[in-house]
Amino acid sequence: MKFIPNTTIKQTMLNEIGFHTIDELFTDIPKKIRAKPLNLPKGLTQQQTEQKLRILAKKNQSYYDLPNFLGGGTKPHYVPAAVNSIISRSEFYTAYTPYQPEASQGFLQAMFEYQSIIAELTGMDIANASLYDGVTALGEAALMCTRINKRKTFLIPENISWEKKSVLKNYTLGAGLIIKEIPYDKKTGKLNIDILKKTIDEDTTGVYLENPNFFGIFEDDVQTIHALIQQKGSLFVVGIDPFSLGIIKNPGEYGADIILGEGRSLGTNLEFGGPGLGLFACKTEYLRQLPGRIIGLTKDTEGKQAFCMTLQTREQHIRRARATSNICTNEGLIALAALVHLSWLGSNGLEELSRINFQRGQSLAKEITSIKGFKTVFSGNFFNEFVIRYKGDTNTLHKKALQKGVQIGLSITKWFPALNQCLLFGVTELHTDEQIQHLLTVLREVA
Amino acid sequence: MYRCAIYDEPLLNELECCIPQEKKKPVAELPTTLQRTTPLHIPNLEEIQVVRHFLRLSQMNYGIDTGMYPLGSCTMKYNPKICEDISRWESFAAVHPNQDESTVQGSLQIMYELEQMLCEITGMNTFTLQPAAGAQGEFTGLLLTRAYHHFNGQNHRTDVILPDTAHGTNPASATMAGYTVTEIPSTQEGTVDLSVLEKTLSEKTACFMLTNPNTLGIFESDICEIQKLVHNAGSLLYYDGANMNAIMGKARPGDMGFDIVHINLHKTFSTPHGGGGPGAGPVGVTKKLERFLPVPRVIHSKNNYALDYNYMDSIGKIKGFYGNFSVLLKAYIYILMMGQDGLTEASEIAVLNANYMKKKLVDSKKYDLPYKEHRTHEFVLSCERLHQEKGIRALDVAKRLLDYGLHPPTIYFPMIVKEALMIEPTESESKTSLDNYIDALLKIADEDVQTVLNAPTNTKVRRLDEALAVKNPTFTWKMKQNTFTTEEKQTCCESAGRHH
Repeated sequence: MKFIPNTTIKQTMLNEIGFHTIDELFTDIPKKIRAKPLNLPKGLTQQQTEQKLRILAKKNQSYYDLPNFLGGGTKPHYVPAAVNSIISRSEFYTAYTPYQPEASQGFLQAMFEYQSIIAELTGMDIANASLYDGVTALGEAALMCTRINKRKTFLIPENISWEKKSVLKNYTLGAGLIIKEIPYDKKTGKLNIDILKKTIDEDTTGVYLENPNFFGIFEDDVQTIHALIQQKGSLFVVGIDPFSLGIIKNPGEYGADIILGEGRSLGTNLEFGGPGLGLFACKTEYLRQLPGRIIGLTKDTEGKQAFCMTLQTREQHIRRARATSNICTNEGLIALAALVHLSWLGSNGLEELSRINFQRGQSLAKEITSIKGFKTVFSGNFFNEFVIRYKGDTNTLHKKALQKGVQIGLSITKWFPALNQCLLFGVTELHTDEQIQHLLTVLREVA
Repeated sequence: MYRCAIYDEPLLNELECCIPQEKKKPVAELPTTLQRTTPLHIPNLEEIQVVRHFLRLSQMNYGIDTGMYPLGSCTMKYNPKICEDISRWESFAAVHPNQDESTVQGSLQIMYELEQMLCEITGMNTFTLQPAAGAQGEFTGLLLTRAYHHFNGQNHRTDVILPDTAHGTNPASATMAGYTVTEIPSTQEGTVDLSVLEKTLSEKTACFMLTNPNTLGIFESDICEIQKLVHNAGSLLYYDGANMNAIMGKARPGDMGFDIVHINLHKTFSTPHGGGGPGAGPVGVTKKLERFLPVPRVIHSKNNYALDYNYMDSIGKIKGFYGNFSVLLKAYIYILMMGQDGLTEASEIAVLNANYMKKKLVDSKKYDLPYKEHRTHEFVLSCERLHQEKGIRALDVAKRLLDYGLHPPTIYFPMIVKEALMIEPTESESKTSLDNYIDALLKIADEDVQTVLNAPTNTKVRRLDEALAVKNPTFTWKMKQNTFTTEEKQTCCESAGRHH
């Protein structure tokens, strides 16, 4: 099966349009660069392919074979069956970007609802129809800041993931931004506000704050931070974890100008880290500088409610070299999954989920630190991730735990040398009591 | 005639909530300064309401499974179902990117083998699978360009040149990477003008970006001369692989002399476009650029696959983790099924289908084919004759096609063709399906003008007032409530009154 219906009648078709051979269709390719037959195996049948993939699948261990307690922002969450049922509708997943709105009202309405729900969740006025992931969203946010106020220094916390730092550097290279890091408070794990105060100045285009931060800790001095930023006329960019927003203040409540975050775990599995879902929202006043697609409400010629992509003069296919971003393909289907998941949860469900994640985090931290040799590192309030220092070698601990069928927290020493022997643990509503007990038993035995 | 499903489906927040909003309970362990104080307004619905709502929306949407979708340069080919099935297996989907490498050998092997396959298909030396989409592939390629020239002490190379037929993402990506963009005009044949290119190239040129075949569907036969000119000027040559579906097994960008290549797995390698994404835009390079590729790279030794971060000159990262794995997996499955024979045949039939349609449509004398006659997997017609004679524009033809249940081609692109219809049928369509599309286009040209100008009438909505969307910017349901006119509010209240 090659999915090529005209194979058997190609000669008839060729003759009908005045050709004799397929080769005649390719005469524009100069002889000296014509390819030899590709050195690839012959095609497999579907059944053979499936058999081959089953063998490869056995070389992986899924979350259900190997429960993991990795922190660092990527964690397994429960995906209700309704989500896969909806995103498996091929009217959705086999569609292109909705260039013809009359034939794409379903997807467009869904994206309008997605924007509405993300704006509601974060306390912002507007949201775009997704970026690639939470990591690139930070790069886009920094560029948006400099487009808005033309300043050139962007401040980030020292404790964000190394991936974000690297991507940010690459995204802002062209615009010539200077990135400065603000250290964390060694005791609380929160942003060191004194140093922020000393660093922020009239050239600061924006300040990025993650809440909860990379160590899982809530930044609760947000009013002070906001006041500092406002004083210098910079923009306040906040990174969020959508699962926390059922119980904690949304960034709109404390003055954020732009919010971003990773939304993959709303309705999409871990997928070995990709695709992600770049959540991106802001205040209306920055609309013209927003990167990515945005869906607007309008009417058709008969006055009926309708949806379309709008403000396209910001985008690459119209504005070309002067576009707000080069993004074309985004993460539409992942955004749809997030929308279905959030609709399925409702406010009640999301609040409950936030609460469970918070409580799970608190009780796991308590249980782990009750084992000899494990200590918490920071005093700040945390959500569902936390840093633990182990008395021994974390790599040995990891290897031994792996043999017993559990993946412990993420080792963060290589990025934060001061945090030697430290592990970043994460837990969610998906972890069963049995899995948690198993982890604790293993830690007790191995330590 | 086609009829689209039509529901007056309310917005989610306008559905009747059967479940009362629970009163917020404070979280005892959390300081009050942190606690959410504003109530969250996400409707609390029953699962059946959610499912019906989205099912109805899906029925008001057109996908490749609904019918022919010949968007030029988008390669809307059939997406095999088996790829979807396998990508949902827990062993692939429920795998954490930071798990111990020994527990993800299957996924790493797939990535490694996919890289090898792409190297063979494109003739490049090494690939990175990290970029999330074509445009991100371009951006990555330009960062590699920057790193390469910097490494060679050529920081004065600040310009990127591209033809006026280039995709809009090309100049946008170049600007993002900090380059100044020069667009050069095409020849009367619709191809790169060698003399203009030669004059434009200078010691400031960092890169020349080219799509081959180009967006008119014309193969740049002077590619060997272009390659020489570009390299003699010390510049790199970049291949936008959006049109790779035209040349698999026939010609390879590596053999044409390209230094950097991106390909769109959601085009040529059949992964679904998802209504706008996710895609994947792997980037391949020649040996001299390998050292700059993003990390991590998948390496293989003695039956063991690993992620390697130790490349001193690497540009680092361009997105989170290793790429859009589920998309990579689907492309891998597709390539396995197609094999050497299938991929070559896909390109052959894609080109045959396009030429078949082109010939029939051009022979009708209702549509014209500006520029060179010979085309590959896509072709760009002009509706200028219809426009002059009957006042029917490309947009009108597109909208009328919707009434026939057919997705229109890309319109008004490339910009050098007046009233452009850019048609790419792909190899997925049968002759009957192509004939049906041709018939529709021919009929439309002869139809009563008013019928065409009034189209579409069989879709969920008629033509949209896109200016109104700009004039009354409304992007959320909250904004909708605020921008309602008084008149509409009254009607709303009256009808609500009748219900109660």
